[in-house]
Amino acid sequence: MASASLTVTLVSADQQVWSGEASMVVARTVEGEIGILVGHEPLLAILSSGEVRITLLDGTKVVAEADDGFLSVDNDIISVVARRAALV
Amino acid sequence: MGAQLRVYRQKIKSAQTTKKITRAMELISASRIQKAQARVAASTPYSRAITQAVSAVATYSNVEHVLTTEPEVINRAAVVIFASDRGLAGAFSSQVLRESEQLSELLRNQGKDVVYYLVGRKALAYFSFRRRVSEQSWTGGTDRPEFDTAQEIGDALLSAFLREADDGGVDEIHIVYNRFVSMVTQVPQVVRLLPLEVVEGEASDVPSTLPLYEFEPDPETVLDALLPVYIESRIFNAMLQSAASEHASRQKAMKSASDNADKLIKDFTRLSNNARQTEITQQISEIVGGADALSSAKN
Repeated sequence: MASASLTVTLVSADQQVWSGEASMVVARTVEGEIGILVGHEPLLAILSSGEVRITLLDGTKVVAEADDGFLSVDNDIISVVARRAALV
Repeated sequence: MGAQLRVYRQKIKSAQTTKKITRAMELISASRIQKAQARVAASTPYSRAITQAVSAVATYSNVEHVLTTEPEVINRAAVVIFASDRGLAGAFSSQVLRESEQLSELLRNQGKDVVYYLVGRKALAYFSFRRRVSEQSWTGGTDRPEFDTAQEIGDALLSAFLREADDGGVDEIHIVYNRFVSMVTQVPQVVRLLPLEVVEGEASDVPSTLPLYEFEPDPETVLDALLPVYIESRIFNAMLQSAASEHASRQKAMKSASDNADKLIKDFTRLSNNARQTEITQQISEIVGGADALSSAKN
């Protein structure tokens, strides 16, 4: 794969909650938890409410609470879109 | 003090008081425009992400959805009007109401029944004064729209759209709101919300190879969940634009009101000076006349 990191944006209805580079994103979809690494195939999934865990390049973790949203992956660009989202 | 002079002084006083109020409203609106514009900007990533997702589903799967299919016959159309809660905002509410009247006439000429959904106290007042009925209305908070309100409106519109026409449902939905162009221009805008025509917000460069999308759980469910959210975000965007326009429009109206008050004060000050001078001149001529009469009587 071309790039070695994921570009992640986490947005809620009224603002952008977080954005940056990451190495892994774990989110809970309606079918269960899904982990996304670099080079994942394009995906559009509905999220059930729960945590979104983002592992940054240096290994630190960002955890956010997302409610009522969806996750899209396309060319290592991940957007987590939720009506309500907040960092924990 | 002469009666005329007193009247002018009263008028000056009243113009000054009015000016204080309008000046204060002007300043308040000016400070809120910034905030309202910032909120429009802050909500853009959300609506862009949703638009992209919706167009991804539309592009990479061929799913027919009830919200995107044009009904064969359209008998009832809904018009959602976004006005303001308070007046003193120039042509803000009236221009959006005028626009919606034109739209309704157009729809009626096409043989459709028109039902109204109103947002903002001014729109409601316009309707109740003319004894016209509206399907549903929301008041309060037009200058600081909350996402919850957008969600409520979205739910109401969706359920109306999904009902049969005989059952009080509608076949298409239009929204009319003021679009914020700049501090001096706000244009009333008519958008057909449903049935949906998905438009990509920006001209995206199409990748050479279309990626194979995976949908979880499946395209239908994803679309089912996405479209209502898309509609909500469109409504929320309309509300935010409308709020920014309201502040801009109010600031402009209040600025010209303050300027007019200034002019009135200047005019009345001139008139009152004039009246005072006339009074003094008269008094002098009376004294001179009186003295003259006395001295001529002595001789």
